[in-house]
Amino acid sequence: MTLLTDFIIFVLSLWVGFEVISKVPATLHTPLMSAANSIHGIVLAGAILIAASANSLIGYILAFLAAAFAAMNVVGGYVVTGRMLKMFKRRTVPASAQAPAVNAGQNGGKSA
Amino acid sequence: MSGTFNDVIQIIYLAAASCFILGLHLMNNPATARRGNQVSIAGMIAAILATGAIVIHDGLITTTGWIVLLAGIGVGSGLGLYTARTVKMTAMPQLVSVFNAVGGGAAALVGIRDYSTLGSHVAAATSVTTLLDVIIGSVTFSGSVIAAGKLQGIITTAPVTFPGARIVNMLLAAVTLGFGGYMIASPSLAALGVVIAAALVFGVSMVMPIGGADMPVVISLLNAFTGTAVAMAGFVIHNTGLIIAGALVGASGGILTKLMADAMNRSIGNIMIGGFGSGDTAAAIAGPAGAGVQSIAADDAAIQLAYAAKVIIVPGYGLAAAQAQHEVAALADLLEARGVDVSYAIHPVAGRMPGHMNVLLAEANVPYPLLKEMDEVNPEFARTDVALVIGANDVTNPAARRPGTAISGMPILDVDQAKSIIVIKRSMGHGYAGIDNELYANPKTSMFFADAKKGLAELTASVKTLVG
Repeated sequence: MTLLTDFIIFVLSLWVGFEVISKVPATLHTPLMSAANSIHGIVLAGAILIAASANSLIGYILAFLAAAFAAMNVVGGYVVTGRMLKMFKRRTVPASAQAPAVNAGQNGGKSA
Repeated sequence: MSGTFNDVIQIIYLAAASCFILGLHLMNNPATARRGNQVSIAGMIAAILATGAIVIHDGLITTTGWIVLLAGIGVGSGLGLYTARTVKMTAMPQLVSVFNAVGGGAAALVGIRDYSTLGSHVAAATSVTTLLDVIIGSVTFSGSVIAAGKLQGIITTAPVTFPGARIVNMLLAAVTLGFGGYMIASPSLAALGVVIAAALVFGVSMVMPIGGADMPVVISLLNAFTGTAVAMAGFVIHNTGLIIAGALVGASGGILTKLMADAMNRSIGNIMIGGFGSGDTAAAIAGPAGAGVQSIAADDAAIQLAYAAKVIIVPGYGLAAAQAQHEVAALADLLEARGVDVSYAIHPVAGRMPGHMNVLLAEANVPYPLLKEMDEVNPEFARTDVALVIGANDVTNPAARRPGTAISGMPILDVDQAKSIIVIKRSMGHGYAGIDNELYANPKTSMFFADAKKGLAELTASVKTLVG
């Protein structure tokens, strides 16, 4: 893959990100940031790949640190996001847990 | 990697990226957000397994490599799981900062490792992304560590500046970029070392001058940095998954940074130069003093609340600092049981990170439909009998509507439009902007001088005894 292809993917993903995230309501901004945090935990894939090519002490140390950092990021991020989202309830009574029809995607909140 | 195998891997990465986007999309509503998180997790597991498959397929990894990798993942997962399970919701901004730090750090390590294996035969295009990865990752790492320290109170929340700080920062940037250029032109590990060191110091000196109240902007910005660093790491190792995920996070952090800066009516540049927020301990000037300010006792305040038709609660960071979320929810429940229409007005920068106050209230079992955003709630104040302000200051100051004050132009909650206003506050101390809040001198305003937690408990008790 060429650098240009990578760059095209990068820029298009930025646009998709702006589009999707500007629809998230302010009430969910903390879980959103935490979810985004977990997503950048995909750097774990990078850590795995550098571990695969490591064959020196320095290489192993770098791979270990990268794997530990990234794993902490991805696991912690998803767990704490889940913990937060679990607390968001319409009402404490379970009867109304069934949320009314959500006009997903079209419910504004568009900003920036 | 060859042929079909590579194609399958790429398709799995594509599926994972789609899961991330769908997951973020489902977060546009609290009712679907949990499913969004699960979809995102599924994508992540697929991406990690696919990466594992590459490693096995290539068969180049050494046994030591496996041990090191699995040990690293084990240690990191354990730490992540422990902190995520035990962290208090008030400490969420610190935790997010720590995750920013480790994410940025891991991205920088990927770049460092890649550069150190390249040797002297490097294409310039490859090393530019490597350089960006190392620089952004390192700045994010040290900057986030400092931000977490400030939020936790280990490092002073007051802005730390010294004469010539800006020149030092510019020198650091120059050193980073200068040696970075050298590192590309003639590859050397020494130059890499200088770049890493300068970038780390730059991260520290970038965050140190920023005051406690500006933290929502800083965290969002560092989040955007981490995303960008991860995307750069994706360029370095030619991994589409990293590029897409990094770009998504970069976009998310960018949007939140802009929203937070707008809500404080300050440019991002102005915040980064720093020296504005004076820190958490906004000098508690002793006693209920001040001309034209009337104070109120718990019983009178309770009567007003109990016989109101509509009450809007305006929580600020002071509420979270006093850990009074549960007390405020208890009072609101009691009022609701009496048929009072209760809702909460949340200013975008009410907490220490975007949306922080909403999480704190959700933890206290406040149903999310009661949490109203600024634009949604402002027209409602005119129809409100009592606005109850707890630990919020500058965001309620009508002075923001006039030019020529420290907060002019800052979007505020129109609390002064309510028929009557009760402010729970320890003293007449100033907010971060360091100016008097004109709301307190309003004839409709009564000051209830108390600590947020104790004050709310007193109010609840008074409502119970007076109107049963």
